[in-house]
Amino acid sequence: MKTETKVKSINSIADLVLDDRVHKSLYSDKNIFEEELEKIFNNTWVWLAHESELPDAGSYKTATIGRQPVIVVRDRKKKIHVMLNRCRHRGATVCEGKSGKTKAFTCPYHGWGYGLDGSLRAVPKPEEYENILDKAEFGLIKVRTESYKGMIFATLKKDLEPLDDFLGGAKKWIDLFVKQGGGYPLKALGDQRFRFPGNWKIQLENTTDSYHFPIVHKSFIASVDEQAAEVFDFLDGDGFVEDLGHGHSVMVMIPELVDLEDNLDEPIPARYSDLAKQLANEGHSDLEVRRLVRAVGGGGFNLNIFPNIACSMAFFRNLVPISANETEIHHIALGGEGAPEVFNQKRIRIHEHFQGPMGFGTPDDGEAWERVQAGSMAGSDGWIMLNRGMSKLSTSADGNVRGAVCSETGMRAAYQQYKKLMATPSEH
Amino acid sequence: MKLDTQLLADVTAFLNIEADILDNKDYLQWLELWLESGLYIVPVDHNATDYANSLNVAYDDHEMRILRIERLTSGYAVSTQLSEKTVRTTSRFRILDDVDGLVRVRCAYSLYENNKNGIRCYPANLQFKLVRDGDSFKIAEKIVKIMNSSQYLTTVSYLF
Repeated sequence: MKTETKVKSINSIADLVLDDRVHKSLYSDKNIFEEELEKIFNNTWVWLAHESELPDAGSYKTATIGRQPVIVVRDRKKKIHVMLNRCRHRGATVCEGKSGKTKAFTCPYHGWGYGLDGSLRAVPKPEEYENILDKAEFGLIKVRTESYKGMIFATLKKDLEPLDDFLGGAKKWIDLFVKQGGGYPLKALGDQRFRFPGNWKIQLENTTDSYHFPIVHKSFIASVDEQAAEVFDFLDGDGFVEDLGHGHSVMVMIPELVDLEDNLDEPIPARYSDLAKQLANEGHSDLEVRRLVRAVGGGGFNLNIFPNIACSMAFFRNLVPISANETEIHHIALGGEGAPEVFNQKRIRIHEHFQGPMGFGTPDDGEAWERVQAGSMAGSDGWIMLNRGMSKLSTSADGNVRGAVCSETGMRAAYQQYKKLMATPSEH
Repeated sequence: MKLDTQLLADVTAFLNIEADILDNKDYLQWLELWLESGLYIVPVDHNATDYANSLNVAYDDHEMRILRIERLTSGYAVSTQLSEKTVRTTSRFRILDDVDGLVRVRCAYSLYENNKNGIRCYPANLQFKLVRDGDSFKIAEKIVKIMNSSQYLTTVSYLF
Protein backbone atom coordinates (compact mmCIF):
# COMPACT_ATOMS: atom_id res chain seq x y z
CA MET A 1 0.00 0.00 0.00
CA LYS A 2 1.33 3.39 -1.02
CA THR A 3 0.00 5.28 1.96
CA GLU A 4 3.22 7.22 2.35
CA THR A 5 3.06 8.97 -1.05
CA LYS A 6 3.75 12.60 -0.35
CA VAL A 7 1.80 15.18 -2.28
CA LYS A 8 4.83 17.46 -2.37
CA SER A 9 6.60 14.96 -4.62
CA ILE A 10 3.83 15.22 -7.19
CA ASN A 11 4.40 17.42 -10.22
CA SER A 12 1.11 17.29 -12.12
CA ILE A 13 -2.57 16.99 -11.26
CA ALA A 14 -2.74 13.65 -13.05
CA ASP A 15 -0.30 12.31 -10.44
CA LEU A 16 -2.92 12.97 -7.75
CA VAL A 17 -4.94 10.06 -9.13
CA LEU A 18 -3.55 6.62 -8.31
CA ASP A 19 -5.18 3.30 -9.17
CA ASP A 20 -6.77 2.92 -5.77
CA ARG A 21 -7.02 6.45 -4.36
CA VAL A 22 -7.11 10.14 -5.21
CA HIS A 23 -5.57 13.01 -3.33
CA LYS A 24 -7.97 15.03 -1.21
CA SER A 25 -6.75 18.31 -2.75
CA LEU A 26 -8.80 17.39 -5.86
CA TYR A 27 -11.86 18.49 -3.88
CA SER A 28 -10.71 21.94 -2.85
CA ASP A 29 -7.77 23.32 -4.80
CA LYS A 30 -8.92 26.34 -6.81
CA ASN A 31 -6.14 25.99 -9.41
CA ILE A 32 -7.05 22.36 -9.99
CA PHE A 33 -10.68 23.39 -10.48
CA GLU A 34 -9.71 25.97 -13.12
CA GLU A 35 -7.64 23.36 -14.92
CA GLU A 36 -10.56 20.88 -14.80
CA LEU A 37 -12.79 23.40 -16.58
CA GLU A 38 -10.26 23.65 -19.38
CA LYS A 39 -9.06 20.07 -19.65
CA ILE A 40 -12.28 18.22 -18.88
CA PHE A 41 -15.38 20.32 -19.44
CA ASN A 42 -13.96 22.23 -22.44
CA ASN A 43 -12.43 19.08 -23.83
CA THR A 44 -15.02 16.29 -23.84
CA TRP A 45 -18.69 15.63 -24.57
CA VAL A 46 -20.87 17.41 -22.01
CA TRP A 47 -24.58 16.61 -21.61
CA LEU A 48 -26.86 19.63 -21.93
CA ALA A 49 -30.49 18.60 -22.35
CA HIS A 50 -33.01 15.95 -23.31
CA GLU A 51 -34.79 16.52 -26.63
CA SER A 52 -38.18 16.46 -24.88
CA GLU A 53 -37.14 19.65 -23.07
CA LEU A 54 -37.26 21.34 -26.51
CA PRO A 55 -40.64 20.16 -27.80
CA ASP A 56 -41.35 22.80 -30.46
CA ALA A 57 -39.65 25.03 -33.01
CA GLY A 58 -38.28 27.91 -30.94
CA SER A 59 -38.06 25.93 -27.68
CA TYR A 60 -34.81 26.69 -25.88
CA LYS A 61 -32.96 25.78 -22.69
CA THR A 62 -29.98 27.60 -21.23
CA ALA A 63 -27.12 25.52 -19.89
CA THR A 64 -23.39 25.67 -19.27
CA ILE A 65 -20.37 23.84 -20.58
CA GLY A 66 -18.19 24.07 -17.51
CA ARG A 67 -18.80 27.71 -16.66
CA GLN A 68 -19.56 28.92 -20.20
CA PRO A 69 -23.20 29.84 -20.85
CA VAL A 70 -24.75 28.20 -23.89
CA ILE A 71 -28.19 28.05 -25.51
CA VAL A 72 -29.71 24.78 -26.70
CA VAL A 73 -32.48 25.56 -29.19
CA ARG A 74 -34.69 23.94 -31.80
CA ASP A 75 -34.93 25.94 -35.03
CA ARG A 76 -37.91 26.26 -37.38
CA LYS A 77 -36.96 23.05 -39.14
CA LYS A 78 -36.78 21.30 -35.72
CA LYS A 79 -32.98 21.00 -35.93
CA ILE A 80 -31.17 21.35 -32.61
CA HIS A 81 -28.38 23.91 -32.28
CA VAL A 82 -26.04 24.69 -29.41
CA MET A 83 -24.54 28.18 -29.39
CA LEU A 84 -22.45 30.26 -27.02
CA ASN A 85 -24.79 32.63 -25.18
CA ARG A 86 -22.76 35.71 -26.06
CA CYS A 87 -23.63 38.57 -28.36
CA ARG A 88 -20.94 38.99 -31.01
CA HIS A 89 -21.04 42.77 -30.53
CA ARG A 90 -20.16 43.50 -26.91
CA GLY A 91 -20.60 40.17 -25.20
CA ALA A 92 -23.96 40.32 -23.39
CA THR A 93 -25.98 37.14 -23.02
CA VAL A 94 -28.82 37.08 -25.55
CA CYS A 95 -30.98 34.54 -23.70
CA GLU A 96 -31.90 34.40 -20.03
CA GLY A 97 -34.10 32.13 -17.92
CA LYS A 98 -34.03 28.34 -17.65
CA SER A 99 -36.12 27.56 -20.69
CA GLY A 100 -38.91 28.88 -22.87
CA LYS A 101 -39.98 29.51 -26.41
CA THR A 102 -38.90 32.34 -28.68
CA LYS A 103 -38.86 33.44 -32.30
CA ALA A 104 -35.38 34.97 -32.12
CA PHE A 105 -32.63 36.01 -29.72
CA THR A 106 -32.22 39.74 -29.28
CA CYS A 107 -29.36 41.28 -27.36
CA PRO A 108 -30.82 43.59 -24.69
CA TYR A 109 -27.86 46.00 -24.93
CA HIS A 110 -27.87 47.31 -28.51
CA GLY A 111 -30.55 45.17 -30.09
CA TRP A 112 -28.54 42.85 -32.33
CA GLY A 113 -30.99 40.15 -33.41
CA TYR A 114 -30.17 36.51 -34.10
CA GLY A 115 -32.25 33.77 -35.69
CA LEU A 116 -32.97 30.44 -34.01
CA ASP A 117 -30.01 28.99 -35.91
CA GLY A 118 -27.75 31.71 -34.51
CA SER A 119 -27.38 33.71 -37.72
CA LEU A 120 -27.13 37.48 -37.29
CA ARG A 121 -30.29 38.91 -38.81
CA ALA A 122 -30.61 42.51 -37.70
CA VAL A 123 -28.32 45.28 -36.48
CA PRO A 124 -29.98 48.57 -35.47
CA LYS A 125 -28.68 51.66 -37.27
CA PRO A 126 -26.44 49.69 -39.62
CA GLU A 127 -25.04 52.66 -41.53
CA GLU A 128 -22.05 53.04 -39.20
CA TYR A 129 -21.09 49.46 -40.08
CA GLU A 130 -21.02 50.09 -43.80
CA ASN A 131 -18.28 47.97 -45.40
CA ILE A 132 -16.89 46.87 -42.02
CA LEU A 133 -19.41 44.30 -40.77
CA ASP A 134 -20.22 41.13 -42.67
CA LYS A 135 -23.29 39.74 -40.89
CA ALA A 136 -22.49 36.25 -42.17
CA GLU A 137 -19.38 36.27 -39.98
CA PHE A 138 -21.06 37.48 -36.82
CA GLY A 139 -23.63 34.83 -35.98
CA LEU A 140 -23.71 33.35 -32.48
CA ILE A 141 -20.79 30.96 -32.17
CA LYS A 142 -21.96 27.40 -32.86
CA VAL A 143 -20.91 24.54 -30.63
CA ARG A 144 -20.62 21.02 -32.04
CA THR A 145 -23.60 18.95 -30.89
CA GLU A 146 -24.67 15.33 -31.29
CA SER A 147 -27.48 13.31 -29.69
CA TYR A 148 -28.07 9.74 -28.70
CA LYS A 149 -31.58 8.48 -27.88
CA GLY A 150 -32.72 12.04 -27.19
CA MET A 151 -29.78 12.92 -24.95
CA ILE A 152 -28.15 16.09 -26.32
CA PHE A 153 -24.42 16.50 -25.82
CA ALA A 154 -22.06 19.21 -27.01
CA THR A 155 -18.33 19.72 -27.11
CA LEU A 156 -16.05 22.69 -27.58
CA LYS A 157 -13.38 20.37 -29.00
CA LYS A 158 -13.82 20.25 -32.76
CA ASP A 159 -11.72 17.12 -33.41
CA LEU A 160 -13.16 15.01 -30.60
CA GLU A 161 -14.33 11.49 -31.43
CA PRO A 162 -18.02 11.13 -32.44
CA LEU A 163 -20.49 10.96 -29.53
CA ASP A 164 -21.32 7.39 -30.51
CA ASP A 165 -17.72 6.31 -29.91
CA PHE A 166 -17.45 8.34 -26.71
CA LEU A 167 -20.54 6.68 -25.24
CA GLY A 168 -19.36 3.24 -26.37
CA GLY A 169 -20.40 0.65 -23.79
CA ALA A 170 -22.80 3.12 -22.16
CA LYS A 171 -25.16 2.97 -25.16
CA LYS A 172 -26.48 -0.47 -24.27
CA TRP A 173 -27.54 0.92 -20.89
CA ILE A 174 -29.04 4.12 -22.33
CA ASP A 175 -31.15 1.86 -24.59
CA LEU A 176 -32.42 0.11 -21.45
CA PHE A 177 -32.88 3.36 -19.52
CA VAL A 178 -35.20 4.91 -22.12
CA LYS A 179 -37.73 2.14 -21.44
CA GLN A 180 -38.78 4.20 -18.39
CA GLY A 181 -41.64 5.64 -20.42
CA GLY A 182 -43.56 2.36 -20.07
CA GLY A 183 -44.02 2.00 -23.82
CA TYR A 184 -44.11 5.76 -24.49
CA PRO A 185 -41.19 8.00 -25.56
CA LEU A 186 -39.18 9.36 -22.65
CA LYS A 187 -40.22 12.85 -21.57
CA ALA A 188 -38.65 15.29 -19.11
CA LEU A 189 -41.30 16.38 -16.57
CA GLY A 190 -39.41 19.22 -14.89
CA ASP A 191 -36.34 19.60 -12.73
CA GLN A 192 -35.39 20.37 -9.15
CA ARG A 193 -32.17 22.31 -8.72
CA PHE A 194 -30.05 22.62 -5.62
CA ARG A 195 -26.53 23.53 -4.63
CA PHE A 196 -24.26 22.01 -2.04
CA PRO A 197 -20.99 23.36 -0.65
CA GLY A 198 -18.76 20.67 -2.11
CA ASN A 199 -16.78 19.66 -5.16
CA TRP A 200 -18.50 18.25 -8.28
CA LYS A 201 -16.55 14.99 -8.13
CA ILE A 202 -18.09 14.12 -4.75
CA GLN A 203 -21.47 13.93 -6.53
CA LEU A 204 -19.94 12.13 -9.51
CA GLU A 205 -18.66 9.45 -7.12
CA ASN A 206 -21.96 9.20 -5.28
CA THR A 207 -23.94 8.04 -8.31
CA THR A 208 -21.82 4.90 -8.39
CA ASP A 209 -21.70 4.41 -4.61
CA SER A 210 -24.26 1.91 -3.36
CA TYR A 211 -22.24 1.31 -0.18
CA HIS A 212 -23.76 4.44 1.41
CA PHE A 213 -27.38 3.59 0.64
CA PRO A 214 -28.49 1.67 3.78
CA ILE A 215 -26.56 4.08 6.02
CA VAL A 216 -27.37 7.51 4.58
CA HIS A 217 -30.87 6.60 3.40
CA LYS A 218 -32.13 4.83 6.49
CA SER A 219 -34.91 7.41 6.93
CA PHE A 220 -36.04 6.94 3.31
CA ILE A 221 -36.11 3.15 3.69
CA ALA A 222 -38.17 3.59 6.85
CA SER A 223 -40.73 5.58 4.83
CA VAL A 224 -41.53 2.88 2.25
CA ASP A 225 -43.46 -0.38 2.63
CA GLU A 226 -41.74 -3.66 3.50
CA GLN A 227 -41.82 -4.95 -0.07
CA ALA A 228 -40.13 -1.78 -1.37
CA ALA A 229 -37.61 -1.81 1.50
CA GLU A 230 -36.64 -5.33 0.41
CA VAL A 231 -36.07 -4.11 -3.14
CA PHE A 232 -33.68 -1.46 -1.80
CA ASP A 233 -31.82 -4.04 0.32
CA PHE A 234 -29.39 -4.79 -2.50
CA LEU A 235 -25.90 -4.80 -1.02
CA ASP A 236 -25.86 -8.58 -0.58
CA GLY A 237 -27.69 -9.29 -3.85
CA ASP A 238 -26.44 -10.15 -7.33
CA GLY A 239 -25.82 -6.57 -8.38
CA PHE A 240 -22.52 -5.38 -9.80
CA VAL A 241 -20.58 -2.40 -11.10
CA GLU A 242 -19.02 -2.42 -14.56
CA ASP A 243 -16.38 -0.10 -15.97
CA LEU A 244 -17.78 0.84 -19.42
CA GLY A 245 -14.72 2.76 -20.63
CA HIS A 246 -14.27 6.55 -21.20
CA GLY A 247 -14.97 7.11 -17.49
CA HIS A 248 -18.51 5.71 -17.73
CA SER A 249 -19.80 2.96 -15.47
CA VAL A 250 -22.99 1.20 -14.61
CA MET A 251 -24.02 0.13 -11.13
CA VAL A 252 -26.73 -2.52 -11.24
CA MET A 253 -28.45 -2.57 -7.87
CA ILE A 254 -31.61 -4.50 -8.72
CA PRO A 255 -30.79 -6.98 -11.52
CA GLU A 256 -34.44 -8.01 -11.95
CA LEU A 257 -35.28 -4.41 -12.92
CA VAL A 258 -32.60 -3.94 -15.57
CA ASP A 259 -34.95 -4.49 -18.50
CA LEU A 260 -38.36 -2.95 -17.83
CA GLU A 261 -39.92 -4.95 -20.67
CA ASP A 262 -38.97 -8.31 -19.15
CA ASN A 263 -41.05 -10.33 -16.71
CA LEU A 264 -44.29 -8.48 -17.40
CA ASP A 265 -46.21 -11.45 -15.98
CA GLU A 266 -44.82 -10.99 -12.46
CA PRO A 267 -47.28 -10.10 -9.66
CA ILE A 268 -48.00 -6.39 -9.30
CA PRO A 269 -46.38 -5.01 -6.10
CA ALA A 270 -48.92 -3.94 -3.44
CA ARG A 271 -47.67 -0.33 -3.57
CA TYR A 272 -48.76 -0.07 -7.21
CA SER A 273 -52.09 -1.93 -6.97
CA ASP A 274 -54.10 1.35 -6.91
CA LEU A 275 -52.27 2.56 -10.00
CA ALA A 276 -52.94 -0.75 -11.77
CA LYS A 277 -56.65 -0.48 -10.94
CA GLN A 278 -56.84 3.12 -12.19
CA LEU A 279 -55.11 2.20 -15.45
CA ALA A 280 -57.41 -0.81 -15.93
CA ASN A 281 -60.44 1.38 -15.25
CA GLU A 282 -59.24 3.78 -17.94
CA GLY A 283 -59.46 0.89 -20.41
CA HIS A 284 -55.78 -0.03 -20.79
CA SER A 285 -55.16 -3.66 -21.66
CA ASP A 286 -53.66 -6.01 -19.09
CA LEU A 287 -50.34 -5.95 -20.97
CA GLU A 288 -50.29 -2.13 -21.08
CA VAL A 289 -51.10 -1.95 -17.37
CA ARG A 290 -48.29 -4.36 -16.55
CA ARG A 291 -45.80 -2.50 -18.74
CA LEU A 292 -46.68 0.84 -17.14
CA VAL A 293 -46.66 -0.51 -13.60
CA ARG A 294 -43.31 -2.20 -14.13
CA ALA A 295 -41.80 1.06 -15.45
CA VAL A 296 -43.33 3.43 -12.93
CA GLY A 297 -40.66 3.09 -10.23
CA GLY A 298 -37.73 3.22 -12.66
CA GLY A 299 -34.99 0.79 -13.59
CA GLY A 300 -32.58 -1.11 -11.38
CA PHE A 301 -29.36 0.68 -12.28
CA ASN A 302 -27.40 3.93 -12.25
CA LEU A 303 -25.51 4.72 -15.43
CA ASN A 304 -22.80 7.27 -14.69
CA ILE A 305 -21.66 9.07 -17.84
CA PHE A 306 -18.46 11.07 -17.41
CA PRO A 307 -18.32 13.93 -16.61
CA ASN A 308 -21.73 15.46 -15.91
CA ILE A 309 -24.77 13.23 -16.47
CA ALA A 310 -26.23 10.13 -14.89
CA CYS A 311 -29.22 8.04 -15.86
CA SER A 312 -30.05 7.26 -12.28
CA MET A 313 -32.75 4.61 -11.80
CA ALA A 314 -35.70 6.84 -12.81
CA PHE A 315 -34.29 10.32 -13.49
CA PHE A 316 -31.43 12.30 -15.01
CA ARG A 317 -28.88 13.72 -12.60
CA ASN A 318 -26.97 16.58 -14.22
CA LEU A 319 -24.10 18.16 -12.31
CA VAL A 320 -22.88 21.70 -12.91
CA PRO A 321 -19.55 22.75 -11.41
CA ILE A 322 -19.77 26.23 -9.86
CA SER A 323 -16.43 26.49 -8.02
CA ALA A 324 -13.97 24.13 -6.33
CA ASN A 325 -16.26 23.94 -3.33
CA GLU A 326 -19.72 24.47 -4.80
CA THR A 327 -21.79 22.34 -7.17
CA GLU A 328 -25.28 22.65 -8.59
CA ILE A 329 -27.32 19.52 -9.18
CA HIS A 330 -30.33 19.22 -11.46
CA HIS A 331 -32.64 16.29 -10.82
CA ILE A 332 -34.79 15.92 -13.93
CA ALA A 333 -37.97 13.91 -13.46
CA LEU A 334 -38.96 11.64 -16.36
CA GLY A 335 -42.17 10.11 -17.64
CA GLY A 336 -43.76 9.07 -20.90
CA GLU A 337 -44.78 11.42 -23.72
CA GLY A 338 -48.50 10.82 -24.15
CA ALA A 339 -48.54 8.25 -21.33
CA PRO A 340 -51.60 8.06 -19.04
CA GLU A 341 -51.74 11.03 -16.66
CA VAL A 342 -51.89 8.78 -13.58
CA PHE A 343 -48.64 7.09 -14.66
CA ASN A 344 -46.72 10.36 -15.08
CA GLN A 345 -48.28 11.71 -11.90
CA LYS A 346 -47.13 8.66 -9.94
CA ARG A 347 -43.63 8.98 -11.37
CA ILE A 348 -43.53 12.64 -10.29
CA ARG A 349 -44.67 11.74 -6.74
CA ILE A 350 -42.08 8.94 -6.49
CA HIS A 351 -39.42 11.41 -7.67
CA GLU A 352 -40.44 14.05 -5.11
CA HIS A 353 -40.39 11.42 -2.36
CA PHE A 354 -36.63 10.83 -2.68
CA GLN A 355 -35.11 13.60 -4.80
CA GLY A 356 -34.64 17.32 -4.52
CA PRO A 357 -34.07 19.84 -1.74
CA MET A 358 -36.92 18.46 0.40
CA GLY A 359 -36.79 14.83 -0.72
CA PHE A 360 -36.35 12.02 1.77
CA GLY A 361 -32.98 11.12 0.22
CA THR A 362 -31.22 14.13 -1.29
CA PRO A 363 -30.79 16.21 1.90
CA ASP A 364 -29.02 13.30 3.58
CA ASP A 365 -26.77 12.79 0.55
CA GLY A 366 -26.09 16.53 0.64
CA GLU A 367 -25.11 16.37 4.29
CA ALA A 368 -22.71 13.48 3.63
CA TRP A 369 -21.12 15.32 0.66
CA GLU A 370 -20.77 18.52 2.70
CA ARG A 371 -19.01 16.50 5.42
CA VAL A 372 -16.61 15.06 2.82
CA GLN A 373 -15.75 18.57 1.63
CA ALA A 374 -15.26 19.87 5.18
CA GLY A 375 -13.40 16.82 6.49
CA SER A 376 -11.10 16.63 3.50
CA MET A 377 -9.63 19.99 4.55
CA ALA A 378 -8.11 18.31 7.63
CA GLY A 379 -4.38 17.69 7.42
CA SER A 380 -1.89 18.98 4.87
CA ASP A 381 -1.79 15.66 3.05
CA GLY A 382 -4.20 12.76 2.69
CA TRP A 383 -5.96 10.44 0.31
CA ILE A 384 -9.53 9.52 -0.55
CA MET A 385 -9.71 5.73 -0.74
CA LEU A 386 -11.25 4.07 -3.79
CA ASN A 387 -9.94 0.52 -3.35
CA ARG A 388 -13.13 -1.19 -2.20
CA GLY A 389 -13.67 -4.44 -4.10
CA MET A 390 -10.33 -4.34 -5.94
CA SER A 391 -9.33 -7.84 -4.91
CA LYS A 392 -12.51 -9.45 -6.25
CA LEU A 393 -12.76 -8.13 -9.79
CA SER A 394 -13.94 -10.24 -12.70
CA THR A 395 -14.61 -9.77 -16.42
CA SER A 396 -18.18 -9.28 -17.61
CA ALA A 397 -19.76 -10.92 -20.65
CA ASP A 398 -19.12 -7.62 -22.48
CA GLY A 399 -15.43 -7.87 -21.56
CA ASN A 400 -15.57 -5.08 -18.98
CA VAL A 401 -13.97 -4.97 -15.53
CA ARG A 402 -16.68 -5.91 -13.08
CA GLY A 403 -16.80 -5.58 -9.29
CA ALA A 404 -19.39 -6.15 -6.58
CA VAL A 405 -22.40 -3.80 -6.37
CA CYS A 406 -20.84 -2.02 -3.40
CA SER A 407 -17.33 -1.86 -4.90
CA GLU A 408 -15.74 1.42 -5.94
CA THR A 409 -15.20 0.16 -9.51
CA GLY A 410 -17.24 3.01 -11.06
CA MET A 411 -15.32 5.68 -9.18
CA ARG A 412 -12.03 4.21 -10.29
CA ALA A 413 -13.32 4.22 -13.90
CA ALA A 414 -14.25 7.91 -13.67
CA TYR A 415 -10.96 8.91 -12.10
CA GLN A 416 -8.90 7.06 -14.71
CA GLN A 417 -10.66 9.10 -17.43
CA TYR A 418 -10.11 12.21 -15.29
CA LYS A 419 -6.41 11.36 -15.05
CA LYS A 420 -6.16 10.83 -18.81
CA LEU A 421 -7.78 14.18 -19.61
CA MET A 422 -5.85 16.08 -16.94
CA ALA A 423 -2.57 14.66 -18.28
CA THR A 424 -3.27 16.16 -21.72
CA PRO A 425 -0.87 19.05 -22.32
CA SER A 426 -2.52 22.45 -22.15
CA GLU A 427 -3.31 23.96 -25.57
CA HIS A 428 -2.47 27.46 -24.39
CA MET B 1 -62.89 48.27 -0.32
CA LYS B 2 -64.69 46.94 2.75
CA LEU B 3 -62.34 45.52 5.37
CA ASP B 4 -63.34 42.60 7.56
CA THR B 5 -60.89 43.34 10.35
CA GLN B 6 -62.28 40.61 12.58
CA LEU B 7 -61.67 37.90 9.98
CA LEU B 8 -58.23 39.37 9.26
CA ALA B 9 -57.39 39.28 12.97
CA ASP B 10 -58.61 35.67 13.28
CA VAL B 11 -56.65 34.50 10.23
CA THR B 12 -53.52 36.36 11.33
CA ALA B 13 -53.71 34.85 14.80
CA PHE B 14 -54.17 31.34 13.39
CA LEU B 15 -51.31 31.58 10.89
CA ASN B 16 -48.96 33.09 13.47
CA ILE B 17 -49.69 30.09 15.68
CA GLU B 18 -48.89 27.79 12.76
CA ALA B 19 -45.56 29.58 12.25
CA ASP B 20 -44.77 29.36 15.97
CA ILE B 21 -45.55 25.62 16.02
CA LEU B 22 -43.18 25.02 13.09
CA ASP B 23 -40.34 27.09 14.62
CA ASN B 24 -40.75 25.05 17.78
CA LYS B 25 -40.84 21.84 15.73
CA ASP B 26 -44.01 20.64 17.44
CA TYR B 27 -44.91 18.65 14.36
CA LEU B 28 -47.66 16.53 15.90
CA GLN B 29 -49.51 19.67 16.91
CA TRP B 30 -48.97 20.99 13.38
CA LEU B 31 -50.68 17.89 11.94
CA GLU B 32 -53.77 18.71 13.99
CA LEU B 33 -54.12 22.04 12.19
CA TRP B 34 -54.85 20.20 8.93
CA LEU B 35 -57.87 18.77 7.20
CA GLU B 36 -56.91 15.21 6.29
CA SER B 37 -57.66 16.02 2.67
CA GLY B 38 -55.35 19.05 2.78
CA LEU B 39 -52.27 19.48 0.58
CA TYR B 40 -48.92 21.00 1.55
CA ILE B 41 -47.14 22.13 -1.60
CA VAL B 42 -43.76 23.74 -2.27
CA PRO B 43 -43.76 24.30 -6.05
CA VAL B 44 -40.66 24.58 -8.22
CA ASP B 45 -42.38 26.81 -10.76
CA HIS B 46 -44.35 29.77 -9.39
CA ASN B 47 -46.47 29.93 -12.52
CA ALA B 48 -47.68 26.36 -12.15
CA THR B 49 -51.35 25.95 -11.31
CA ASP B 50 -51.83 22.21 -11.84
CA TYR B 51 -49.59 21.12 -8.98
CA ALA B 52 -50.68 17.47 -9.14
CA ASN B 53 -49.27 17.17 -12.65
CA SER B 54 -46.18 19.31 -12.01
CA LEU B 55 -42.86 18.49 -10.39
CA ASN B 56 -42.71 20.20 -7.01
CA VAL B 57 -40.13 20.48 -4.25
CA ALA B 58 -42.76 18.94 -1.96
CA TYR B 59 -46.32 17.74 -2.57
CA ASP B 60 -47.60 16.22 0.66
CA ASP B 61 -50.98 14.71 1.31
CA HIS B 62 -51.88 13.48 4.80
CA GLU B 63 -49.87 10.26 4.45
CA MET B 64 -46.76 12.08 3.19
CA ARG B 65 -47.04 14.69 5.97
CA ILE B 66 -46.95 11.90 8.52
CA LEU B 67 -43.99 10.20 6.79
CA ARG B 68 -42.13 13.52 6.54
CA ILE B 69 -42.62 14.21 10.23
CA GLU B 70 -41.40 10.71 11.09
CA ARG B 71 -38.31 11.37 8.98
CA LEU B 72 -37.66 14.75 10.62
CA THR B 73 -38.00 13.35 14.13
CA SER B 74 -36.73 9.75 13.93
CA GLY B 75 -33.05 10.62 14.22
CA TYR B 76 -32.28 8.32 11.25
CA ALA B 77 -31.73 11.17 8.80
CA VAL B 78 -28.20 12.52 9.04
CA SER B 79 -29.30 15.91 7.69
CA THR B 80 -31.69 16.36 10.62
CA GLN B 81 -29.36 15.25 13.39
CA LEU B 82 -27.90 18.70 13.92
CA SER B 83 -31.41 20.04 13.81
CA GLU B 84 -31.38 23.55 12.41
CA LYS B 85 -33.02 26.33 14.34
CA THR B 86 -35.47 28.39 12.36
CA VAL B 87 -37.12 31.75 12.93
CA ARG B 88 -39.95 32.73 10.64
CA THR B 89 -42.00 35.87 10.41
CA THR B 90 -45.28 36.34 8.61
CA SER B 91 -46.77 39.66 7.57
CA ARG B 92 -48.80 41.47 4.87
CA PHE B 93 -51.84 39.24 5.39
CA ARG B 94 -54.56 39.71 2.82
CA ILE B 95 -57.89 37.94 2.63
CA LEU B 96 -58.53 37.15 -1.03
CA ASP B 97 -62.05 35.85 -0.58
CA ASP B 98 -64.35 34.14 1.89
CA VAL B 99 -66.86 31.90 0.12
CA ASP B 100 -68.95 29.13 1.70
CA GLY B 101 -66.69 28.85 4.74
CA LEU B 102 -63.50 28.65 2.68
CA VAL B 103 -61.13 31.56 3.28
CA ARG B 104 -58.33 32.18 0.81
CA VAL B 105 -55.48 34.22 2.23
CA ARG B 106 -51.95 35.13 1.23
CA CYS B 107 -49.08 36.65 3.15
CA ALA B 108 -45.38 37.47 3.05
CA TYR B 109 -43.02 35.12 4.80
CA SER B 110 -39.35 35.08 5.76
CA LEU B 111 -37.66 32.05 7.21
CA TYR B 112 -34.19 32.33 8.72
CA GLU B 113 -32.26 29.13 9.25
CA ASN B 114 -29.12 28.75 11.30
CA ASN B 115 -26.87 25.84 10.45
CA LYS B 116 -23.17 25.14 10.34
CA ASN B 117 -22.81 27.32 7.24
CA GLY B 118 -24.31 30.33 8.98
CA ILE B 119 -27.69 32.01 8.66
CA ARG B 120 -29.68 31.54 5.46
CA CYS B 121 -32.86 33.38 4.57
CA TYR B 122 -35.76 32.10 2.50
CA PRO B 123 -38.25 34.81 1.50
CA ALA B 124 -41.54 33.38 0.24
CA ASN B 125 -45.12 34.15 -0.59
CA LEU B 126 -47.57 31.87 1.21
CA GLN B 127 -51.06 31.03 0.01
CA PHE B 128 -53.56 29.28 2.23
CA LYS B 129 -57.01 27.85 1.90
CA LEU B 130 -58.54 27.75 5.37
CA VAL B 131 -61.79 26.15 6.42
CA ARG B 132 -63.64 27.44 9.47
CA ASP B 133 -63.55 24.99 12.35
CA GLY B 134 -65.48 26.26 15.39
CA ASP B 135 -63.63 29.35 16.63
CA SER B 136 -60.58 28.49 14.59
CA PHE B 137 -59.59 27.09 11.20
CA LYS B 138 -58.24 23.96 9.54
CA ILE B 139 -55.75 24.15 6.68
CA ALA B 140 -57.13 22.83 3.39
CA GLU B 141 -54.12 23.93 1.34
CA LYS B 142 -50.78 25.61 1.96
CA ILE B 143 -48.61 26.68 -0.96
CA VAL B 144 -45.11 27.96 -0.24
CA LYS B 145 -43.66 29.93 -3.14
CA ILE B 146 -40.01 30.28 -2.16
CA MET B 147 -38.51 33.17 -4.13
CA ASN B 148 -35.66 31.23 -5.73
CA SER B 149 -37.29 27.78 -5.94
CA SER B 150 -37.15 27.76 -9.74
CA GLN B 151 -33.44 28.66 -9.70
CA TYR B 152 -31.80 26.63 -6.98
CA LEU B 153 -32.26 25.86 -3.31
CA THR B 154 -30.04 24.26 -0.74
CA THR B 155 -31.22 21.09 0.99
CA VAL B 156 -33.88 21.56 3.64
CA SER B 157 -34.46 19.55 6.80
CA TYR B 158 -37.50 21.19 8.32
CA LEU B 159 -40.91 22.38 7.17
CA PHE B 160 -41.59 25.75 5.57
